[in-house]
Amino acid sequence: MAAAAELAFHEFEEATNLLAETPEAVTTRSDQLSPQGGHVTVALGSSVGYRAEDELEEEGDKTALLQEEKPPPGFWTFGYYQSFFDVDTSQVLDRIRGSLMPRPGHNFVRHHLRNRPDLYGSFWICATLAFVLAVTGNLSLVLAQRRDPSIHYSPQFHKVTVAGIAIYCYAWLVPLALWGFLRWRQGIRERVGPYTFLETVSIYGYSLFVFIPTVILWLIPVPWLQWFFGALALALSASGLVFTLWPVVREDTRLVAVALLSTVVLLHALLATGCKFYFFQPLPAEHLALPAPAASLSPNILSPATVKV
Amino acid sequence: MAEATESPGDQETASPRPLFAGLSDISISQDIPIEGEITIPMKSRIRERDSSTLNESVQNTIMRDLKAVGKKFMHVLYPRKSNTLLRDWDLWGPLILCVTLALMLQRSSLDGEEDGGPQFAEVFVIVWFGAVIITLNSKLLGGNISFFQSLCVLGYCILPLTVAMVICRLVLLTEPGPVNFMIRLFVVTLMFAWSVVASTAFLADSQPPNRKALAVYPVFLFYFVISWMILTFIP
Repeated sequence: MAAAAELAFHEFEEATNLLAETPEAVTTRSDQLSPQGGHVTVALGSSVGYRAEDELEEEGDKTALLQEEKPPPGFWTFGYYQSFFDVDTSQVLDRIRGSLMPRPGHNFVRHHLRNRPDLYGSFWICATLAFVLAVTGNLSLVLAQRRDPSIHYSPQFHKVTVAGIAIYCYAWLVPLALWGFLRWRQGIRERVGPYTFLETVSIYGYSLFVFIPTVILWLIPVPWLQWFFGALALALSASGLVFTLWPVVREDTRLVAVALLSTVVLLHALLATGCKFYFFQPLPAEHLALPAPAASLSPNILSPATVKV
Repeated sequence: MAEATESPGDQETASPRPLFAGLSDISISQDIPIEGEITIPMKSRIRERDSSTLNESVQNTIMRDLKAVGKKFMHVLYPRKSNTLLRDWDLWGPLILCVTLALMLQRSSLDGEEDGGPQFAEVFVIVWFGAVIITLNSKLLGGNISFFQSLCVLGYCILPLTVAMVICRLVLLTEPGPVNFMIRLFVVTLMFAWSVVASTAFLADSQPPNRKALAVYPVFLFYFVISWMILTFIP
């Protein structure tokens, strides 16, 4: 029966194609029937005889039960926020892997998020990145002090606060601006809807993951290697963002599309370079004539003090 | 009542004897009084305890709470799969540990520079808000642990790190050098591993099995940050 074929397990490509056509449709779990199957059975049942009427009623009941969802919980209930954390370990790892290896046709939202964004990844990747930035920045100061003992070592705890604020503002305010801009353009152009706010936040959150190993690798005190890692991370992260945003933006005018994508990449680059310069202590050159500057500095320091006294 | 019980018995005489068939023969007379008092020993004991805690001396009260806290410290130091921390949770232990840690970690008031170690308030905020966020995360992922139980476990498992802080301060009284640093690194790493293992032993069971790693990772990050603060402490 065609109904049985419709109710059979669909391949993922079909499902992603369906999602691309109807972006508002929320994917249900694979063990639940797709609502579209219900339409087919109803149409089929009407053309079959009396014996099938019971089946039709059964199917009708089933589809009614499946389509009738509980009203979504209000934003003041705990269950509302629980729906954003409805991910398993394997799903989070799969999304992280997807953000690390962006491919041109591979839309992150469709293929990895599958229209079920989660806040777990965004929140904890940002938290990890903020702490890793502060810790490795402090470690670079330790390494610098080993080379040049005149540098005063301190725990630099305020960098944790700065890193946290910077990363969280970037990961939440920039997607807000992007989402607002895309909605405004959608209002003008009347095209396929853009991503929801949570999907945008998820995209940005997972795209920041590649910076965590990069920041750790920035400890290696070879300048050209640091720039290489930084450029590599920026390329991976920005290309992931661009490939995800391209399907939404390509229907717009060329100018707006190019401007938007270049702004996104530019902001990402600014974040990367800002982190590198603020948190990381450049290593002093090894062949510094250490005694000479110390000797020349100390009389200067001492004489104003003696003058004051 | 007797008729009702007898009729099923009559119907089923041909089939093998059903259960309780003999009951229909016993007639419950209305004359036997079934009345009396049902005393629940627990209830009366609780009432006694309530009134007695008002009347007992202050020393008794404090010692009882201290003993409860001490018992939980022992459970943390030798983590077994037991429910004591979860069943009788209290927040005194975490408060004592957090205040001790924050007092030892705060930068000295003589040191006026901006980029020193954390202030007392910063340590306090990190410990308590970190524990709250981890608890919220665990609940949002679908764990079935209550809010305060989780706070209690996370707070008590800071005990190994507080011990590490005390040892680090003692070690720092001696001559600074690479050996000094290696000892501190070793002690802090060991205590960090101990904290993570202890808290995981209590918390991991409350999560659905396919999300355990998601719930345990923030605990790891939390104790890592506290260990980092301890390791980078300079007097």
